[in-house]
Amino acid sequence: MFSNRLFNILVPIISVLLGLVSGAIIMLIFGYNPIAGFSALWNGAFGDAYFFGETIRQVTPYILSGLAVAFALRSGLLNIGVEGQVFMGWLASVWIGISFDLPMILHLPLAILAAAIAGAFWGFIPGLLKAKLGVHEVIVTIMMNYIALYLSNSIVRNLLSDGADRTENVAETASLQSTWLAEMTFYSRIHYGFIVALLMALVMWFIINRTTTGFELRSVGFNQHASKYAGMNVSKNIILAMVISGAFAGLAGAMEGLGTFGFMSIKSGFTNIGFDGIAVALLGANTAFGVILAAFLFGILKIGALNMPTAAGVPTELVEIIIALIIFFVASSYMIRWVILRFKKEGK
Amino acid sequence: MEIIELISRILGASVVFATPLIFTALGGVFSERSGVINIGLEGLMIMGAFVAIVSNLTFHSVFGAATPVVSLIIAMIVSAIFALVHAVASITFRADQVVSGVAINFLALGIGLFLTKQWYDKGQTDFIESPIYSSNVPILNKIPIIGDMFFTGWYWTSYLAIAMAFLVWFIIFKTPFGLRLRSVGEHPMAADTNGINVYKMRYIGVMLSGAFGGLGGAVYALTVTHNFSHGTIVGQGFIALAAVIFGKWHPLGALGAAIFFGFAQSLSIVSSDIAFLENVPSVFMLIAPYVLTILALAGFIGRAEAPKSLGEAYVKGNR
Amino acid sequence: MDYVIEMLKIRKEFPGIVANDNINLQVKKGEIHALLGENGAGKSTLMNVLFGLYQPERGEIRVRGEKVNITDPNVANAQGIGMVHQHFMLVDTFTVTENIVLGSEPKKAGTVNLKHAEEQVRELSERYGLNVDPKAKIRDISVGMQQRVEILKTLYRGAEILIFDEPTAVLTPQEIKELIDIMQSLVKEGKSIILITHKLKEIMEVCDRCTVIRKGQGIGTVDVSKTNPTELASLMVGRDVSFSTEKTKADPKEAYLSIRDLRVKDVRGVEMVKGLNLEVRAGEIVGIAGVDGNGQSELIEAITGLRRTESGNIRLHDKEITNMTPRKVTQSGVSHIPQDRHKFGLVLDFPIGENMVLQSYHQKPYSKKGVMNFKNIYQKAKDLIAEYDVRTPDAYTPARALSGGNQQKAIIGREVDRSPDLIIAAQPTRGLDVGAIEFIHKKLIEERDKGRAVLLLSFELDEIMNLSDRIAVMFDGQIIADVQPEKTNEQELGLLMAGNSTEKAGGQ
Repeated sequence: MFSNRLFNILVPIISVLLGLVSGAIIMLIFGYNPIAGFSALWNGAFGDAYFFGETIRQVTPYILSGLAVAFALRSGLLNIGVEGQVFMGWLASVWIGISFDLPMILHLPLAILAAAIAGAFWGFIPGLLKAKLGVHEVIVTIMMNYIALYLSNSIVRNLLSDGADRTENVAETASLQSTWLAEMTFYSRIHYGFIVALLMALVMWFIINRTTTGFELRSVGFNQHASKYAGMNVSKNIILAMVISGAFAGLAGAMEGLGTFGFMSIKSGFTNIGFDGIAVALLGANTAFGVILAAFLFGILKIGALNMPTAAGVPTELVEIIIALIIFFVASSYMIRWVILRFKKEGK
Repeated sequence: MEIIELISRILGASVVFATPLIFTALGGVFSERSGVINIGLEGLMIMGAFVAIVSNLTFHSVFGAATPVVSLIIAMIVSAIFALVHAVASITFRADQVVSGVAINFLALGIGLFLTKQWYDKGQTDFIESPIYSSNVPILNKIPIIGDMFFTGWYWTSYLAIAMAFLVWFIIFKTPFGLRLRSVGEHPMAADTNGINVYKMRYIGVMLSGAFGGLGGAVYALTVTHNFSHGTIVGQGFIALAAVIFGKWHPLGALGAAIFFGFAQSLSIVSSDIAFLENVPSVFMLIAPYVLTILALAGFIGRAEAPKSLGEAYVKGNR
Repeated sequence: MDYVIEMLKIRKEFPGIVANDNINLQVKKGEIHALLGENGAGKSTLMNVLFGLYQPERGEIRVRGEKVNITDPNVANAQGIGMVHQHFMLVDTFTVTENIVLGSEPKKAGTVNLKHAEEQVRELSERYGLNVDPKAKIRDISVGMQQRVEILKTLYRGAEILIFDEPTAVLTPQEIKELIDIMQSLVKEGKSIILITHKLKEIMEVCDRCTVIRKGQGIGTVDVSKTNPTELASLMVGRDVSFSTEKTKADPKEAYLSIRDLRVKDVRGVEMVKGLNLEVRAGEIVGIAGVDGNGQSELIEAITGLRRTESGNIRLHDKEITNMTPRKVTQSGVSHIPQDRHKFGLVLDFPIGENMVLQSYHQKPYSKKGVMNFKNIYQKAKDLIAEYDVRTPDAYTPARALSGGNQQKAIIGREVDRSPDLIIAAQPTRGLDVGAIEFIHKKLIEERDKGRAVLLLSFELDEIMNLSDRIAVMFDGQIIADVQPEKTNEQELGLLMAGNSTEKAGGQ
């Protein structure tokens, strides 16, 4: 008998393989050489220090948005609103970054904290509505995404700039950028945020697996009735889950605002950091360690894809298709389990 | 008669934006009434828009004036087939319906842009030569006031959308098919014991949402953008989903909600012409549909009751 | 012999278990045939095979002598087999008629011909004396009426053989009487009935023959006129069963739980507990007898802090616990074995070990300063598992994987181990087999003997009669009678439960 644990490891691996195979098949259909395509992708992610730096840069917000989705899911909530929470975090971090004149030891933590609080607030609203009025968080968070998009555009244009399309750069004292890291990677946009992301993964693991709060959150996630019966405050835990999830998402925004870009600009659409976070969390089986691995995979795919048009002539969008298919396969894990069990049976 | 001209202008602009939302929301009603959440409406619209533009560009020389209609039909068929992916994942493989819907959105955009690069070698398609044009309805547009408001300068697809809402209402609430579709969304096991094939009904519901969502996207592309790029469909699918909920999963409710959201969107464009709205920052107009949906969900505008088994995979023989 | 239904050597497997093995069931035309077995013996599985919801691995089914292959409910319907499900298969938001015609709608110009359908439903309803309003919405009618809609569904489809799955479980005594009348009039019209039940009394009252299954095995078929409840019980359980639980006389002390003028509303805002007074003394078991839906759930939820009270007060000793949070109530010395163990009692996806500290995880030694100590938790869990004979591979197994009886033993272990002063046991043996029932009854009596107050809620009169030292009859949100089990009988209780006051009922 296959243990549940083994399934939990096998399903993501098989899903990724199926996704990559599908990508290869699509390349074959359109007359590309899959080997050339994938090696272009590989080189695009690891080919030299610059690409590697860019990959890490991409992985950084993915870890955080993945943690955000995973944390909420462990509490039984699907936070589709990570995207909007990223916007709010990004906005808040840049706002603090451009408005104050403080020593770095205060300024940078303050900017990061502001991002977490802004994201947390954006998660608090759907959490409150869910806890007090039973409104489904999925729809509310989707709506909150659009509100965040239009609101932050308006704030960037009217409050943080004089009708311009972007803010000025954040002060050096609030920046995560590092000349040292950049020089090492041929001036990629890699920044110190990576450390923040790994630290947060540790925080999530600790809260979920080691604290009474985590015990309550997981309990509420599985069974609200039993949790209430056992004396837990279900409403409080739902709100808390969304707040912490939102804080992780807000930090993902800070990575962009204080690290990658150093400013915020008007956006015509979403960054997809939040939506990709759903894929990251699912593939990482909602565990902190799994999220790190999955974030690496998607970071590699995204950055590597940029090299595919020049090196192999394959449109970068192929990677979007592969990622979508991986989500389908993970989500359809029932099918994968069924197939594995079938094989197992026939093997006997 | 300035006020009538103004109302006509607002109405006209509202309906242009509302029409794709109506079609897509009707698709959402089919899917959700059968018990399958459809976050993927956005993706289905993207697919519809992409297919409609490509067919329009490709078959323009063959079909001439009939090209828009042909494009719409092809878009509907392809999107219905595309929706099968959502159906297979969420009905047969019991995937989380929300997650599967999110993946549909990714997949549609990925496929659309991949093929656009593949076929047109750039980030967006060419502009089509056979868009849908607005027109006046002969005779009726001569009626005073009403003629100006409702029969002048509309697209024919808008009339189709409104008619379709009534047709869908009839199908869902008056026909055996509708009764069965609703029963599957409310209590699938009851439907099963009555000999209804739950899986089949849900597949039909999801594929209809594909056809209607595709039609919505196609209409948007052929009336508003006239080409396809990553920016063609940005959020209309989610507004349509909001319209489904705001309209309480009722086809006519969805119609009303879609028109209202169309109105809200048009306001951000025409508000400069309206005295008392002139000073309202456009951001408030932009976020209005979303805020209103949240308020509606929170029960401030009448509580909405979803189909009981919405989002739950049906497992035969599991009790 | 003319059999309408023959199920021969049926075997049905599920992953890991054999639910039915070598079972024979032969039903004569025009009889009421009981299918008797304990919870989990495989009765429902067998009937689902007959109804086409499951496919058997082996065996054959004959309808009126013809071998048939029932692949889905449609085939069963075509063969004239109809099923009245235990959990009603009705769409709440639909009308009676819509529910009945669903799947075989009369059509008119592409629409559902509701008018015609309503007429048909009305006719059927009159013919069998069912008295159902075809236009009413399901959610607006009583449970008894809903069951009649289920019956009409089968009749509308021309059923000749009706399967009733535990039909009396949800009914009031009055409704049960009416149902028996309906069943008898159905048989008079030439229908045959299979009655699934584990209630011996019902079998003795209405059935002609009885087939017994035990642990998935067919045991045999007996003529009801030639048997008695004791024999049926031992056939069902596989050994002799004593109907009454051994216990000494109670030695009640001071009042421990006292409730005054309690008023509680349900989710819909309807007042369900209407000025209730109740006292439970240390060292006694008070059983609440009553028909489901008379405010029992709301009463228990109010005591345990799960539901707000409107007015009145609840005291433990001298301490007022009215409207305290569940946690405070728990810490005041109340344990609660909840009515629905899957919904309230356990987090099914948690390991059974972590379920053992579901209320106490935040206290030492299970955690310290907000950090869990899993070593201590599992140590405690292992002790409880051993003490309460919870059969599980280990403490790390998810609660979901345990059988109902073992899940309930785990809950009881957890609740009793806290050494509470008051134990509230709501339907503690529902759906369990006889072995587990005996274990649980014994434990509750043990706790009483230790001087604890026990409040027992049960819809099984036998359980109330056997366990209680005092019976409080609940009707329409009030305790309307307080009787001694040895001075009453089921008939009197039945009348009281139906709302007849003491004077009218017993003339005491």
